[in-house]
Amino acid sequence: MCLGVPAEVLEVKRSETGLQVLKVKMGGIIKEVISAIPDLKPGEYVIVHAGVAISKINEDELEEILELFKQMSE
Amino acid sequence: MILMTIEKKIRELYQVNPKTRILVEKIHEKAKLLEEEGYDNIRIMNFCGTHEWTITHYGIRTLMPENIELIAGPGCPVCITPGHYVDILTDLSFDEYTVLSYGDSYKLPGTRIKGIRSLFDARLHGGKTEIVYSFYDAVKKAINNKDKKYVFFAVGFETTMPSTAVPLVNNMVPENLYILSAYRLTPPIMKYLLEKHPEARLSGILAPGHVSAIIGANSWLFLPRDYGVPTVVAGFEPLDVLVAVYYILDMLLSKKPSLINEYTRVVKPEGNIYAKEMIKRAYKIIDSYWRGIGIVPSSGAIHREEYNNRDILHILGIEDKPMKDVLPGCRCPEVTLGLAKPTDCPLFLKACTPSNPYGPCMVSSEGTCKIWAENLPIRIK
Repeated sequence: MCLGVPAEVLEVKRSETGLQVLKVKMGGIIKEVISAIPDLKPGEYVIVHAGVAISKINEDELEEILELFKQMSE
Repeated sequence: MILMTIEKKIRELYQVNPKTRILVEKIHEKAKLLEEEGYDNIRIMNFCGTHEWTITHYGIRTLMPENIELIAGPGCPVCITPGHYVDILTDLSFDEYTVLSYGDSYKLPGTRIKGIRSLFDARLHGGKTEIVYSFYDAVKKAINNKDKKYVFFAVGFETTMPSTAVPLVNNMVPENLYILSAYRLTPPIMKYLLEKHPEARLSGILAPGHVSAIIGANSWLFLPRDYGVPTVVAGFEPLDVLVAVYYILDMLLSKKPSLINEYTRVVKPEGNIYAKEMIKRAYKIIDSYWRGIGIVPSSGAIHREEYNNRDILHILGIEDKPMKDVLPGCRCPEVTLGLAKPTDCPLFLKACTPSNPYGPCMVSSEGTCKIWAENLPIRIK
């Protein structure tokens, strides 16, 4: 149930109640999901879990792990 | 017949990221230093079923030094969902309701040992049960079929709660769609495990990555602070798990237990504030029963009064009371708490298999028994 899948946001739609519905690309498939992230834009990457985008993926943070490896290799 | 070759997977792991070798060597170095200090059995619990999958699938246990044991924890919501709920839903599926469930909980057995045990069985016998990918798909189905009544089986931890909370708060749930909230909360079960089961002897904890994306890494600060257990919020790639193990050993050596967030690419210290607000507006926290474990204080969630008209138990006046749901001979309760391994169970891969699960830990892709059954090189005669 905690299996989150990375997905690319293709389209952000807004319903009358202000709810965001996203069209996302997960692997090879395109799916409509609910967004639990208020400020999404197309082109951003998210973790989708049980049909809800729960978190944005921040690629910059990968640097931290690379830095750890750098330290280890020294 | 050998089902899997772990050697091949490990080779892939190394080839995909050659740095892994350095990390494994560092883990061995740290473990040796710890052994010299008397740490001869370091037990690190991975809370999450998805971590258990990564560890088992990639054979990470075989990369660990002798004195490090990686043990699976209670992070499989399907495994701990009360059997009573399945009984209620299978009965409703023969009545006027169509039951909608995630694929993960479709074969979950209720309390019955024979006859119709699961939503899957119900369907075979003419009950109206269907698998949906998400609650959003359930909403669309109900809108398109206004003449039918639907019940959604809302199984999950905090990660899954926004799936119903966001549509509820935004008035998106149609009148012919009801919810059975089987939601359970993760920090309370870890607190319960540490207090009630000291025999689990946890030296370190891998906290759940995607639960933490919602509740925030800081929700786990109590583990090092109150119980002195080094804790790492970790991602789900093999490298994430290895880095987390390395951090835990490092904290044990320095005798400074703290909380480290390794999964910063997804998890913030405060979590997802919008999602937390939606959950808070839709649900209230109560003491709840965990299958095979017992009543865990402040560990469940039911709908707030304004959403009672969507709550199937409330609508039908069904009391949510614990019932005996541990199946005879099944060791799932101990497996869930890290007190036994699937291979300790006499039913494992005999009377209980992924295609025909007897106990709840053999059902979901996050159940330890199912993960071991599908990923270990076990010989079958």
